[in-house]
Amino acid sequence: MLLPLIQLLVFPGLLFLAVIGLAGEFADRKLYARFQNRMGPPWFQPLADLIKLMAKEEVVPTEADRLLFTGAPAFALTSVVAAFLYIPVWGPGALLSFNGDAVVVLYLLTLPTFTYFLGGWFSRSVYAMLGALRSLTQLFAYEVPLFLTVLGPCLLAGTWSLSELTRFFGAHPWALLANAVGFAMALISLMGKLEKVPFDIPEAETEIVAGSFTEYGGRFLAFFRLSFDIEMIVGASLLAAVFLPFGLQFGPVAGFALYLVKIFFIIAVIAFIRSAVARVRIDQMISLCWKVFAPVAFLQVLVNLILKGVLFS
Amino acid sequence: MPDQDSVKIPVGPQHPSLKEPESFLITLRGEKITSASVRMGYNHRGVEKGAEGRTYTQDIYLVERICGICSHAHATCFIQAVEEVAGLEVPRRAVYIRTLMAELERVHSHLLWLGVAGHEIGFDTLLMYSWRDREVVMDLLAEISGNRVNYSMNTLGGVRRDLSRGQLQKILKDVDVLEERTQTYIRLAQEEITLIRRLSDVGVVTHEDAVRLAIVGPTARASGVKRDTRKDDPYLAYGELDFDVVWNEHCDVYGRTLVRVGELMESYKLIRQIVKAMPDGPITVKAPRKVPAGEAISRYEAPRGEDVHYVRGNGTEKPERVKVRAPTLANLQAVSHMLQDGYLADMPIVIAAIDPCFSCTDRSVTLNRLDTGGRDTSDWSALRKLGIEFYRGLGVDFAGLNRQLSNSMRRT
Repeated sequence: MLLPLIQLLVFPGLLFLAVIGLAGEFADRKLYARFQNRMGPPWFQPLADLIKLMAKEEVVPTEADRLLFTGAPAFALTSVVAAFLYIPVWGPGALLSFNGDAVVVLYLLTLPTFTYFLGGWFSRSVYAMLGALRSLTQLFAYEVPLFLTVLGPCLLAGTWSLSELTRFFGAHPWALLANAVGFAMALISLMGKLEKVPFDIPEAETEIVAGSFTEYGGRFLAFFRLSFDIEMIVGASLLAAVFLPFGLQFGPVAGFALYLVKIFFIIAVIAFIRSAVARVRIDQMISLCWKVFAPVAFLQVLVNLILKGVLFS
Repeated sequence: MPDQDSVKIPVGPQHPSLKEPESFLITLRGEKITSASVRMGYNHRGVEKGAEGRTYTQDIYLVERICGICSHAHATCFIQAVEEVAGLEVPRRAVYIRTLMAELERVHSHLLWLGVAGHEIGFDTLLMYSWRDREVVMDLLAEISGNRVNYSMNTLGGVRRDLSRGQLQKILKDVDVLEERTQTYIRLAQEEITLIRRLSDVGVVTHEDAVRLAIVGPTARASGVKRDTRKDDPYLAYGELDFDVVWNEHCDVYGRTLVRVGELMESYKLIRQIVKAMPDGPITVKAPRKVPAGEAISRYEAPRGEDVHYVRGNGTEKPERVKVRAPTLANLQAVSHMLQDGYLADMPIVIAAIDPCFSCTDRSVTLNRLDTGGRDTSDWSALRKLGIEFYRGLGVDFAGLNRQLSNSMRRT
């Protein structure tokens, strides 16, 4: 009884994820600042921001739907934390695993976007509503390439379990090379999910103030921000598990160190991309995702199917 | 949303994309803008009226504070008009120093704009880099005049500070640095794909519309209107200097970016020529305190476009009338035209692309009713009456209280 609780709340659950999420946010902000020739924040800045927000007064707009407005941040946080439990971190097996957990993880990672939509929509502010609509529109753009790119390796390995997947690639490490393009596509789709430049359209500050989060403040905003941080870690872990599952046989300590290297590498790449480009428009993003990323992801699936037919039949 | 088809969103008077108060009411259909209306009057400061109550020398410093970015432009434009009325012949060295300040100011204004434009399209890296490089010219201005903005270089009949040989050398050295950095931005504007896609075909103003709406400055020059006061009606030392008018026919925000970046290069060329040709001699002539009766209009190509000042003197030490037409006033009319049928996402950059300076341009508007002859303004006594009636409505009568108070004071 006690062990699952500790697993859920402390390790590898909420507390561990919060710590590593804040560290990830720091790495992202610091790298972004250095790429821009700025100093960047000190290491404790994300934590300080979180504490400050937690201590602030909570304001719920009178027009807003109180239940959904206050409930959305908690939903966002719980769904990303739940998703993490199925991702293999320090070894070839995850904490929980069954055949089909890859789909569950992707589904749980979609939930936060819906909470951003619901929270924004029920804030009843024009900026928040526009932001909410945009995050939903964007969801339909990046989600398909992301699902397709994760589908490829799953087909190759012939399993729907992330733990099985890592075991398969542990046995055939060279097969990873087949999915290099898929990795790039998944990374860019992940940036759409995390609403980072160039895909920060739903919270484009100069257009719609803060998008869905315009009316949020205090501990609700803190939950949302924390869920973004954790979503980044979980997303990076998913990509690391699907596309970079090497070195997991060296035992838990080395495996964990390697895992950290992998996710911080992904965070660094995201910081680099977002400092090098301008924000795209929502119509440009949709055409980019459907006309470029989705076909490439389909090709990736095809390559995997052919490989499977030729080599593993 | 109650009305799904069209949503009205207010942008301003307070909005993250605006640095000054101005109101744009935007009607949206999905992400498309169907109409936009501009409303000004949030930051009216009464500078013109204030100038009438001050002496000419005091006015220089008042007029300089019309704009925080093109402060030298307004001060020089004003002083040119005053000097024309007073019939003052400004020494050549003073004219060259004024021209030098004008071009340094243009450099810092355009670099500032580049950063703002980057921020408006979510390209913060461009903001950080261009503002870092802008510090070079800001430091230079501070070293020459003692101030980063509001240089206070002008005085009636000349300038207040001379430039040493060492300062001139420093200017040349820093301009080399700036030119090298600007080359990077030119390459960026020509190569960075997200930048080009975000700026092209956005905020389109055709050549005909540009002429019809009488827009000025880089905004007009990007629509093929080859108009630059420095060339058309040379003032200061521009008649003696060699430079090109930068223009193109892109007609969109991308074209405006290219014009501004190109003008930076022209400014460096001008600064080098000015430093080389800097004449020796006095920097000021003695100016009379009283300016004779007469009027003058002065034109000046500020970084944002043509600035026009009108001054009428009446033989005293104060002007009778001062009139300012800041370039933003000419361009602001075109903004609602540019926003029409665009995307909401392009709204910030379209507004920013005219390089707006709302406080400079702001004025109060009085409407006279044709039918009753009434006005929609309130003077002091009307406001007082309104206040008394408002509190009476709430059941508080200060008139009675005042009477009681004065009575009780009389008794004691």
